[in-house]
Amino acid sequence: MSQRLDKREARSRSNALRAHLSAYGFLAPAGILVLIFFMIPVAIILYLSVTNLASSNFTSDLTKMEFIGLKNYRTLLNDQFARKIFFNTIFYVLFTLSIFNVSLALIVSLLTTHIDRGAGFVFRALWILPRITSPVVYILIWKRMMAEAPFGIINQFNNWMGLPTYNYIATNPWVFVVVVNGFIGLSFGMIIFTSAIESIPKDLLNASLVDGSSKLQRIRYVIMPLIRWPLLFVFTYQTLSLLTSFVEIQLLTDGGPGLYRTEVWSLTAYHRALSNYFGNAQWGYGSAFAVLLVLIGVVLAVIYMRVFRFDELVAEPRVETL
Amino acid sequence: MKVTIDNLSKKFGDVVGVENLTLHIDDGEFVAFLGPSGCGKTTTLLTLAGIYKPTDGTITFGERVVNQVQPKDRNIGMVFQSYALYPHMTVFQNIAYPLKLKKVSKADQHDRVRQVANVMGIGNLLDRRPGQLSGGQQQRVALGRALVKEPDILLFDEPLSNLDARLRLTMRGEIKHLQKNLGITSIYVTHDQVEAMTMADRIAVMSGGRLQAFDSPDELYNRPKTQFVAGFVGNPPMNFVTVEVAQANGRYVAQAESLRLELGAERGEPAARSAGAVVLGMRPEDIQISDEGDVAGEIFIVEPLGREDLIDVRVGPHSFIVLANTETQYRSGDPVKLKFDTGQVQFFDPATESSLLWQQ
Repeated sequence: MSQRLDKREARSRSNALRAHLSAYGFLAPAGILVLIFFMIPVAIILYLSVTNLASSNFTSDLTKMEFIGLKNYRTLLNDQFARKIFFNTIFYVLFTLSIFNVSLALIVSLLTTHIDRGAGFVFRALWILPRITSPVVYILIWKRMMAEAPFGIINQFNNWMGLPTYNYIATNPWVFVVVVNGFIGLSFGMIIFTSAIESIPKDLLNASLVDGSSKLQRIRYVIMPLIRWPLLFVFTYQTLSLLTSFVEIQLLTDGGPGLYRTEVWSLTAYHRALSNYFGNAQWGYGSAFAVLLVLIGVVLAVIYMRVFRFDELVAEPRVETL
Repeated sequence: MKVTIDNLSKKFGDVVGVENLTLHIDDGEFVAFLGPSGCGKTTTLLTLAGIYKPTDGTITFGERVVNQVQPKDRNIGMVFQSYALYPHMTVFQNIAYPLKLKKVSKADQHDRVRQVANVMGIGNLLDRRPGQLSGGQQQRVALGRALVKEPDILLFDEPLSNLDARLRLTMRGEIKHLQKNLGITSIYVTHDQVEAMTMADRIAVMSGGRLQAFDSPDELYNRPKTQFVAGFVGNPPMNFVTVEVAQANGRYVAQAESLRLELGAERGEPAARSAGAVVLGMRPEDIQISDEGDVAGEIFIVEPLGREDLIDVRVGPHSFIVLANTETQYRSGDPVKLKFDTGQVQFFDPATESSLLWQQ
């Protein structure tokens, strides 16, 4: 009797193992990709950040690199520009996020869901254009528009109308860095918010109007509370993605004009490691910047998750009982 | 409050929601909109609520034309099939929401919500959220929210469809009782003819965006003015057979293959006046299986309902649904005789589907 039980148990265990194996089998392709293209590079960056690898002593052999401990980090903390770059980054993330990625995204989705469906769709499609345009083309358009006279399109108009001309980007670099990135960032929140608003049951929206709300009151008392989760998600996700984005800034101002006027942290990591103006790429030092950025990102993510209590927001669905 | 719907049309592009609907609803009346899905009853209700604006025609509440009035200024209460409770608010906040929007003072809100909650029997649930309530409780909250602002008109959009059968029965009684007590003009949309028959003072039967009939349940049942109404109202539905009615020697006879019914002059005469075929309608309870019957048939299938049996009897090519008591054990294939109570027979014009007995 007990023998038979044992046998049955053994069989069920091997069944369970087989089931697990197939689960791991299905997870494997994604897992391998994450390992090769994320985990290993992170490990390499971590390692590079404690070496002094640069153009002058370049080697691709990890064992021959010179280990210098935390020297890169010490240099970084004493770097006279690190502080400015750090606050530049906060300024850039905060303004782009609050003005465009969250607020304007919310306003665009509220407006486009309160007008005719077709018109709403057209407006949203227009707002997606900056994101689906290649960054180089997109930035070139901005640069062409805003360039100095006599090349810039807007300055041409200024000329014809007898108005003074400006070198727009050079005189207001931060405005353009925020606006140019914001136009791209807006569409992400817009898509998420729009789908969240559209998924609110029609009956609920009608009920609010019948209960006596105006459309504005309905937004305030019904729609906003119901899209709280997507709002927090966009806020969190976009903070992290803005922290690491630099392509548009690199193409637009390359951190200038002048010394580090619009340089952000991730751009510094790139400049130091891969594109130093003095022809000396400091891979080790640049990696230290990158590692700190990852640390900041992780800390922020943990804080967000705690403060916004994400686990509570994604409650398990309840089965309807009568 | 009196509600007058005059020549109302609502179109969505080319799709017709309702067309040329005219209805006069008296103050304090309970009216049901009855019809199959897609017949325009919910469209009409949402137009009354102000969610949709009419394409044509006018809606008048009392003496006020409300065509362009916003929903919030119509002072209506509405109960939805899905309950439509705000999931992020507690029961108290849900019921208080219309009052908050009216800027009623906090103390008054508290009193009025408590009062309504007690009437609805949900006074102990005020701190819960909708997700923590059963369907029946949610429906009571929804009803409370509709009543709390003391509306002039109550609108119900299939409010009981999501409840289980037993609860539906109780809530049916409660809503009717409440409506009679409060005397609020009510419009109740349903596809369930039992709900409409039991609750409403008058029923507006709709089909394909058009009003088919607007009458008391009794009138609709006994004097249906169209074949659609005759077939839609009543469960099990009326039997229909195409017959020819002829007069011979002062007697009226309806005749079809394997079927010959003698009729009284009162109903036979108008049917005989129409040349050619007419549609004869007969309710299941007006046909009996009896040895005294004069129509021979064969039992096709027996469906026991507990209190009575539903029996499908085939007479030649025709099929008749008959109600019979459960004492006699019939089986499929048994030969039987049917006795028709021809005093209850209905006749319809096969082309226009309108009644030959009752004027529109």
